[in-house]
Amino acid sequence: MKTLLFVHTCSPHGSIKAQEGLDALLMGSAFADCSALFLGDGILQLLKNQDTQQTGQKNFSLTFAALRDYGVDKVFCSKAHLLSHAINESDLVIDVTALEDKDVAALLASNDVILNF
Amino acid sequence: MKFAIVVYGAPYSHQAPLSAFYFAKAVLDQGHEIYRVFFYHDGVYTGNEAIAPPQDEPDIRQMWSSLAAANQIELIVCIASALRRGVLDRTEADRYEKSNANLDSSFTISGLGQLIDAGLNADRLVTFGA
Repeated sequence: MKTLLFVHTCSPHGSIKAQEGLDALLMGSAFADCSALFLGDGILQLLKNQDTQQTGQKNFSLTFAALRDYGVDKVFCSKAHLLSHAINESDLVIDVTALEDKDVAALLASNDVILNF
Repeated sequence: MKFAIVVYGAPYSHQAPLSAFYFAKAVLDQGHEIYRVFFYHDGVYTGNEAIAPPQDEPDIRQMWSSLAAANQIELIVCIASALRRGVLDRTEADRYEKSNANLDSSFTISGLGQLIDAGLNADRLVTFGA
């Protein structure tokens, strides 16, 4: 069975791409071995304490907590991008493995299918 | 080789549906197979029959529709993306009590499972407009 890697690079609420990317990941987890990688502004999707009430957007960050129940336990982000966004791992809604750049490259190379959101 | 094509961008706003179309043509011209074309995000607007482009611009929906008919290609529009953007076939229009169905008959509404299936069963999955 092929492995799928979902790469999330968009900030959470400026467009719906991030939310629809999470939808695709949840669907993928029903069929295949899925991992998720958060890069760049995509890391912002995982921030704790998001309050979208004044923007009118759905706060889908609450859904990340369900990933483990869906069998998605391999969730990664770029260590360099955490640093450049001044975010600590403890600021995130779920446990994420922070990877060095070379390990990000290795992760991308080791998966059969990559879906970008 | 079997290719799956994924389109994220809307026609006339984004290059994605046109670049994906030319890629699909090249795939077929070189003797490869297209497993499926999946329209996600704003890409679902590609199937909107109500789009009426100016005469001196390409009819992007018609281009996809003709290519699909000539080569028996499956054009799938993601149901979740389509419903929230008002792209409906007759069944969905009736279900949600909307007066207009506007999905071109060459396109089929289906679920995200079709995207995952395409990723698993095609040799290559190529995304436009990510």
